[in-house]
Amino acid sequence: MLSYLNYLNDTMPCLMAILRLIVCIVCILAFVGLNAAYLVWLERKLAGRIQRRIGPKEVGPFGLLQPLADGIKLMTKQLFLPDGIDRILYLLAPMLVMTTAFMCFVTIPFGEGLVARELDLGLLAIFAFASINVLGLLLGAWASRNKYSMISSARVVSQNVAYEIPMLLVVASLLMVTGTLNLHDIVAEQAGGFWNWNVLRLNASPLMPVAFLIFFVCTLAETNRTPFDLAEAESELVAGSFTEYGSMGFGLFFMGEYANMVVGSTLISILFLGGWNCPFGIFPGPHWLFLKLYALISTVMWIRWTFPRTTFYGLLNLSWKVLIPIALVNLLITGALVKVF
Amino acid sequence: MATQGVLAPFVHFSILDKILDLAKANSLWPMTFGLACCSIEMMGTGASRFDMARFGAEVFRPSPRQSDLMIVAGTINKKMAPAIQTLYDQMPEPKWVLALGNCAISGGPFKFEGQYGIVEGAGKLFPVDVVIPGCPPRPEALLEGIMKLEEKITGKRRWPVVTPPPLPGPSAAGKNCPLSPEAEPAGEGSTEKSQ
Ligand code: SF4
Repeated sequence: MLSYLNYLNDTMPCLMAILRLIVCIVCILAFVGLNAAYLVWLERKLAGRIQRRIGPKEVGPFGLLQPLADGIKLMTKQLFLPDGIDRILYLLAPMLVMTTAFMCFVTIPFGEGLVARELDLGLLAIFAFASINVLGLLLGAWASRNKYSMISSARVVSQNVAYEIPMLLVVASLLMVTGTLNLHDIVAEQAGGFWNWNVLRLNASPLMPVAFLIFFVCTLAETNRTPFDLAEAESELVAGSFTEYGSMGFGLFFMGEYANMVVGSTLISILFLGGWNCPFGIFPGPHWLFLKLYALISTVMWIRWTFPRTTFYGLLNLSWKVLIPIALVNLLITGALVKVF
Repeated sequence: MATQGVLAPFVHFSILDKILDLAKANSLWPMTFGLACCSIEMMGTGASRFDMARFGAEVFRPSPRQSDLMIVAGTINKKMAPAIQTLYDQMPEPKWVLALGNCAISGGPFKFEGQYGIVEGAGKLFPVDVVIPGCPPRPEALLEGIMKLEEKITGKRRWPVVTPPPLPGPSAAGKNCPLSPEAEPAGEGSTEKSQ
């Protein structure tokens, strides 16, 4: 089989390239779709456990068919276009949110060579796509001609601007240490054991754990998760940006949120937690990345069901008065240390 | 269902319809709103002791565009009625309505000669699928109502009906007791639950 593939590769490189493309697209679609569906199930189960309930259990074994039922129901619901909306933008916005989430996975490596397209500027590409996600929420909220959505869209933008800055400052300090934007190389540098992970690289910069914390908090805020889910504050704004969305439009927004959570957690585990390296330097492989990824996602859910929502001033104050100064100091110290040693 | 221009099919054509119905019945997302004391009981049904989440019905959506089920939990006064009517109209098809408590069924304790404040039952505003008697009904009764609704959607019942054991005391037969379920104006598919 392998020799046959090699033979094909030699004779018809174009065909192989197309085949590879198709396989990559199918894998990414399946991965993101399955994750978005079953992370909702996991979240409902975890929420149940945290509140001393059982969670979904009657629909299929352990409620495992619940995402399927929800999906079919959302698709069979009436596709409703409210009066006075901007039709094109209203229909485009959910797709934009989902597409950018898909695009982020193009450059994310899940293991040695397990990547759709390796880019030298991979990290930059991910941040670029992730910030278009905000545009999707903004367009959807703006196009649906609803006052709650408008308030929410203003919040989404100011929140994301506020948290993009400390996030990128922290990443800049990290890049000074790693010296590359290629995610493969970043992981390769952290091989060997957990003391080589970026989060514990104290010889490069003593503030690395702080950088990790800032990045984690910013990821929470960027993916609009509680305690920073002011874009979808049910108690004040009905359903925030997607108040006017029903059926699968809402479903896409919902799935986009979970897909972005996966992107954020994968980035954290690649940048700070050694990617697919084992903590003890044995048997590195994609399974370690998935372990770290799902542990992080469970932590995010745990935070969601434990803490109440902050106020909007609290949110902005945290970013502008606490996170950005610390990130700047972190940047300065890291730069100085890199220069000196 | 089939109230606002969307007609229900006369015949179930294939197995596909059944699968769709099954999916709809197992993912009834209620709308987040309560009108009076009965809504406290509805919140209790979502909490740990009764846990609506078991049937996939705990996703209380704040926006009517995303919800399938309207639980009218409490007294509908005349001032509130237009708002509730709007919310009902804003829900996309297919949608269902559950009237929880005597107030939502018929006006309950506030119905008397010459009253001017309340709407006597949700049925005066829009079609109601399942009614749940009680003042307030117990959380188990709401769960039973949801199962009745599932039965109405799919045509099959999830579990066999449980007949409550006879009550101790002189009112055991329940015939002469003014609080017995027979005293309630029970509608189609009403639930019989002991208080
Ligand atoms: S039926 Fe009874 S408990 Fe329910 S809203 Fe009316 S008065 Fe309150």
